[in-house]
Amino acid sequence: MPEQLAYTIEVFLNGLMAGVLYALVALGFVLIYKASGIFNYAQGVMALFAAMTLVGIQNGQVPFAHLINAIFGTDVHKFGWSVHSFVAIALTVVVMIGLAWAVQRFVFRHLVGQEAIILFMATIGLAYLLEGVADLMWGSELKALDVCAAEGVCLPQGLNSWIDETTFETFGYGFFIDNLDIVASIVAAILVVGLVMFAQYTKQGRAMRAVADDHQAALSVGVSLNFIWILVWSLAGFVALVAGIMWGAKSGVQFSLSLIALKALPVLMLGGFTSIPGAIVGGLIIGVGEKLFEFLIGAPFLGGATENWFAYMLALLFLVFRPQGLFGERIIERV
Amino acid sequence: MKFKLGTMAVAALMAASPAMAELVFPSLSYRTGPYAASGIPFADGYADYFTMLNARDGGIGGVMTTVPECETAYNTEKGVECYESLKGGGGLVYQPLSTGITYQLIPKVTADNIPMLTTGLGRTSAKNGRVFSHVFNFPANYWDGASVAVKHMLDEEGGDLSGKKVTLVYHNSAYGKEPIRTLTELSKKHGFEFNEVPVDHPGQEQKSQWLQIRRDKPDYVIMYGWGVMNQVAIQEAVNIRFPMDKFIGIWWSGSENDVLSAGAGADGYKAVTFHNVGADYPLYDDLKKYVYDEGKAAGAGDQSGTVIYNRGIYGAMLVAEAAKKAQEIHGTANITPSQMRDGMEALEITEEKMTELGLPGFGPEFKVTCENHGGNGFAAMTQWNAETKEWTLISDFVQSDQEVIQSLIEEDSNAYAAENSIEDHCS
Repeated sequence: MPEQLAYTIEVFLNGLMAGVLYALVALGFVLIYKASGIFNYAQGVMALFAAMTLVGIQNGQVPFAHLINAIFGTDVHKFGWSVHSFVAIALTVVVMIGLAWAVQRFVFRHLVGQEAIILFMATIGLAYLLEGVADLMWGSELKALDVCAAEGVCLPQGLNSWIDETTFETFGYGFFIDNLDIVASIVAAILVVGLVMFAQYTKQGRAMRAVADDHQAALSVGVSLNFIWILVWSLAGFVALVAGIMWGAKSGVQFSLSLIALKALPVLMLGGFTSIPGAIVGGLIIGVGEKLFEFLIGAPFLGGATENWFAYMLALLFLVFRPQGLFGERIIERV
Repeated sequence: MKFKLGTMAVAALMAASPAMAELVFPSLSYRTGPYAASGIPFADGYADYFTMLNARDGGIGGVMTTVPECETAYNTEKGVECYESLKGGGGLVYQPLSTGITYQLIPKVTADNIPMLTTGLGRTSAKNGRVFSHVFNFPANYWDGASVAVKHMLDEEGGDLSGKKVTLVYHNSAYGKEPIRTLTELSKKHGFEFNEVPVDHPGQEQKSQWLQIRRDKPDYVIMYGWGVMNQVAIQEAVNIRFPMDKFIGIWWSGSENDVLSAGAGADGYKAVTFHNVGADYPLYDDLKKYVYDEGKAAGAGDQSGTVIYNRGIYGAMLVAEAAKKAQEIHGTANITPSQMRDGMEALEITEEKMTELGLPGFGPEFKVTCENHGGNGFAAMTQWNAETKEWTLISDFVQSDQEVIQSLIEEDSNAYAAENSIEDHCS
């Protein structure tokens, strides 16, 4: 196989994998927007908060230790135990459900019926508040994230040797595919299937869809708006945790993790704000598009580092021809 | 003798003064935001050193010191606001800890007659004191860092880099682009092929860049990264199985934060530094006695001995020594920012002085003059041991290629002087 073609295929495959990671972040936005019409600016910070909580629980860190020590003059930092990854994930999910309840109870319950821009601004406030709480609760230092099923069996990272060797034997060039990206793709597939099945086949899922279609009609048939919104924010919290784990495994858990939201915006613009498959397809298109552009045009002719702006340009292009995104609901206003 | 007379004069003046203000060393810290993991240890080290001076020596020259902190969150606008808000408090010297903030403050500090120290960051050509009268960047700058990295490669390759490939992975910002000209010149001089691979801020996704490096197969990769870009780059290098001992970061890509998340894979990664590592120095005994054990440590008190904490200690030591020099020159303990500038311009750090301060072998020797605000360009190499989770100094402090760097500094600073109609400060 010609070298250039092999490189292009490798870049294409890695673009797909990167797209899955973008889609993981975008999914959280879609869930909340679809059910409540709120564009959740805090989704990136939720991923940060979830990942920090997970590492904190795993390491047996005392939450709010700095605050406690400052107020009471104590010197407590750790409980002295470590928690198994799966238990820590379960406990983090409980924390995220608690967060969903608090957000609903103290913020959005008081904003029912307000303009979309007011709700959006509330999520901006929520993002900064949550970032501050995360800082107070777990500290600002960078934390390594290892999610392990057993001693030594952790989230895999690095070159997949089997793919490298097989493609080398077949094409004369070994493709690089990151093990973590493969895991992320499998997890994303399970997540999407799970979410779709939940929405289609469970009572709560159907209620969620009813609220998404028409709040007032859903209310009139006895669906609790409060419950559904807590449910939706909990699901978004769970998705944020998954995204936080995948991105945090790469870079460690640190405050810049919240910036992954920037990667989700072009995906949403392209895939639509209301479609779960749209988030996935949008992620894949953005991932492949930006990587191929960087490889074929950006690096050789434009000096490189084109991915960030190219993703937005691509999304803008789609917006011009299809404002609701590829899979978004068509906006029809009757006069 | 001269020093003793100066000290006596300061002591006599102190005895005559019934009450004096404090010496103010503002700290433009960033304990929050995406770069907090690096900002916290520096701010802690900076504050702890002055706390120790107050407790052990009664301040500097008998005058207590104070370190007001202003949170910049590593944001340029906030950094400028911090400078403006602290300026009225009599700050003697500012260390902006950000190249972006430095660029904004250069004309301001010059107009306000306040010195600024940008150790290991900022505008490299500020080394030319003839043009940048109030900016200092001793003991080493970005160009020195790039040159010392190349010198290390020369050592590794038996003094010959011809035909080798060197790739620079850099943060796509003014900071990250700093070494490009130096490395271009050095590639001509030593005959290696030089390639650049930019990474856009914040650098959480670098698949394209590392696939390119995997295809190009460079012999060495140099990194000028920052924040999350460092951790992701090191992880990606591990992923593509790039040999870690051929991967060299600048000092802002060489702390524990940058390597810990990559685990065992980061073993052998190297970084350039302008100060030593670890906590095995007599100064740390004093820090323990007067600061840690007294419960006076800044922040959570858990950063002691880390690379960037040491950098904070070093930054504080340099300005404290400059303040002593200023007191000596002007015969007053209660110095002004303008006098502090004079002290910085006359600063000389020798090994003897470092030993006296409890920091033997901690940093290079250098002498600041009116013309040379950047020291002599000495830096060393460190290497990460993933098993012991420690950095080790693996070389002596060696001087950068002054022949190449000095001409670049002259060229860049003279262009700045012409553009801004700046007259020779030293004539």
